[in-house]
Amino acid sequence: MKELMIGNAAVARGAYEAGVKVVSSYPGTPSTEITESIVKYEDVYVEWAPNEKVAGETAIGASIAGARAMSCMKHVGLNVMADPVFTVSYIGANGGLVFCVADDPGMHSSQNEQDSRHYAKASKIMMLEPSDSSECKEFTKLAFSLSEKYDTPVFIRLSTRVSHSQSLVEICEPEKVELKPYVKNIQKNVMMPANAISRHVVVEEREKALREFAETTPLNAVEDNGSKIGVITSGVSYAYAKDALQDKVNYLKLGMVYPLPTNLIKEFASKVDVLYVIEELDPFIEEHVKGLGIKVKGKDVFSLLGEYSQNLIKKVVLNEEVDAFAPQNLPKRPPVMCAGCPHRGTFYVLSKLGVTVSGDIGCYTLGAVAPLNSVDTTICMGASVSAAHGMAKARGEEFNKKLVSVIGDSTFIHSGITGLIDIVYNKGNNTVIILDNSITGMTGHQDNPTTGLTIRKEPTKQVDLVALCKAVGVDRVRVEDPFDIKGFEKAVKEELEVNEPSVIIAQRPCALLKTVKHEGYYTVNSDKCRSCKMCMKLGCPAIIFEDGKAKIDPTQCNGCGLCVKVCPFTAITKGE
Amino acid sequence: MTKNIMIVGVGGQGTLLASRILGNAVISEGYDVKVSEVHGMSQRGGSVVTYVKYGEKVHAPIIDKGEADIILAFERLEAIRALPYLKKGGKVILNDRKILPMPVITGATTYPEGIVEDLSSKADVIALDALDLSIKAGSPKAVNVVLIGVLAKSMDIPKETFIKVINETVPPKFLEMNLKAFELGYNYEG
Repeated sequence: MKELMIGNAAVARGAYEAGVKVVSSYPGTPSTEITESIVKYEDVYVEWAPNEKVAGETAIGASIAGARAMSCMKHVGLNVMADPVFTVSYIGANGGLVFCVADDPGMHSSQNEQDSRHYAKASKIMMLEPSDSSECKEFTKLAFSLSEKYDTPVFIRLSTRVSHSQSLVEICEPEKVELKPYVKNIQKNVMMPANAISRHVVVEEREKALREFAETTPLNAVEDNGSKIGVITSGVSYAYAKDALQDKVNYLKLGMVYPLPTNLIKEFASKVDVLYVIEELDPFIEEHVKGLGIKVKGKDVFSLLGEYSQNLIKKVVLNEEVDAFAPQNLPKRPPVMCAGCPHRGTFYVLSKLGVTVSGDIGCYTLGAVAPLNSVDTTICMGASVSAAHGMAKARGEEFNKKLVSVIGDSTFIHSGITGLIDIVYNKGNNTVIILDNSITGMTGHQDNPTTGLTIRKEPTKQVDLVALCKAVGVDRVRVEDPFDIKGFEKAVKEELEVNEPSVIIAQRPCALLKTVKHEGYYTVNSDKCRSCKMCMKLGCPAIIFEDGKAKIDPTQCNGCGLCVKVCPFTAITKGE
Repeated sequence: MTKNIMIVGVGGQGTLLASRILGNAVISEGYDVKVSEVHGMSQRGGSVVTYVKYGEKVHAPIIDKGEADIILAFERLEAIRALPYLKKGGKVILNDRKILPMPVITGATTYPEGIVEDLSSKADVIALDALDLSIKAGSPKAVNVVLIGVLAKSMDIPKETFIKVINETVPPKFLEMNLKAFELGYNYEG
């Protein structure tokens, strides 16, 4: 039976069919749906971990204990997880161990465009790269058996277009996989210097074996169309190339991008006059090919930036232009905070107070967008707290009196708490605002340790943010409603004034949660509207300014009433 | 040759359900298919695009400039933004609705005038008020199914296939209303 699936769901299916027993991940676009899709397989243990490092270590532990295990993350999540990755390369795998990492070329929902293939090379871990959903399933299944065969973790590398494109997948029965025995093995599993020294030898031997495997595995396939042009490619770039070049070129499709084959590439190159490497982001394959002394066209003709497409490849390889209507200069439609978003109240106040805002990763990064223009910095998960600590230490107390950190509930648990401990321990006086919207919002509503529910929606212990902050030594912790604008403004002013660390928990659930009831909509009485544009400062997508007056689009308004509180002329009232 | 259909709109407009119905209808006819969309930050009120491609064998998951046979647009500005992707001689089905983007709301720029006229001078355009038809079907929430109805009429896939897929996709409680919405779209004559 065939089913239409996104690549992420197909990875989940592949893991299920391979008998995966433990899956632990932290959400991150474009990888989130892999772990969410595992939920429907009831006999697999699956969880959201507080961050990628914890998730990865949980999977590693499960593998050492003899189970097939997986952890999935976005590219920047792999940075968080990098510490155990480099060492588990030495330990290897008892039960099959798979790390699935999704890159985001074009940065649809990311803060950078890093190429995760470098991690495979740096940590000496093999990496497979599927090009569509069917391969997502097959490669994932294979990854578990390769992991056990070569005693190594295995990376699956995805990219946004593979993760989020649906294509047909053949559904098979899951394998019956028994737990492997757990045998205490200090030399293999305790990575202290004496043991690690001997394990490094094993890793290098494994590299040799995997390089040989790369020469013969059907994952790396030649399609000889009798052409004098050769294309070496992998992943979604293969799909673009096939679309653009059809059977006009020969292909070497690499399903395994680390380690790369040598003889296979030499032989493929010897049969063509012109050789291209087509790969998004960095010249990873290209540098390997050049290292073999083979002349190749790569980043000299293709971009290091963003996504590729069939037209782009057609233009470069065949010099063919496409006849299309010219793009016009149109207003952009950037993402915005939703109507009713609780973060709007917070940023309205921060924008009004003109404070420096050390921001973080989540929907609330949109607080940097006009008209709120509130956020000053966004770096990575958790950096809002620690970077503000650095800012305060650099510029002193006067600067710190107009400086706040803004971080979401899930992000705070991920890696904000350690920054807060740093502030307390090192005598900082920072004010940290935790935006507690009762969910992990940006990635599409995942539960986290502060929601009181597991990934399977089972009730569990809920981390109490107030108690947590107090426990690390913050004495001033208060809970405020960001839609009580006056009260919230007062709270921020007071906490900025005091000479000790403080936390404000801005508590109001995400407007998109099904549990949040919306009551009707608001409307502007145009006789009372004096065109002061105070409501426009909220940057609400439901409020427009037309013919000299504010208007509310009833199809977009969800009745949150925030605009009522900022209108000085009581011109906004409930709609009929 | 693949058939390429591009669905464009604004995050939150329900384009994803439309692409799901379309994708499943295409599979029922035994085609190879790829449906591609982007999740995450762009969904928060930003421009959203879904590509549906089908044929004997589909390779690239995205539709490139000059490749779309049909553009199904949930909003006017997004329709004109997608125009470079339309094949010359292609068709645009337009839900004639205006949603102001934030740079227009803040006054940094203005919403372009004459979009429907501009589109009509370049392509075969069906423009309709799908919200009106959706309300006639019994709910303002079936705009996407109305538009799928209009699209179905322009495609080489039997109407019955779409009806079967809607039966399988939509919760029973809303089935009758959605089937009515589909019929209103299918029978729309501009």
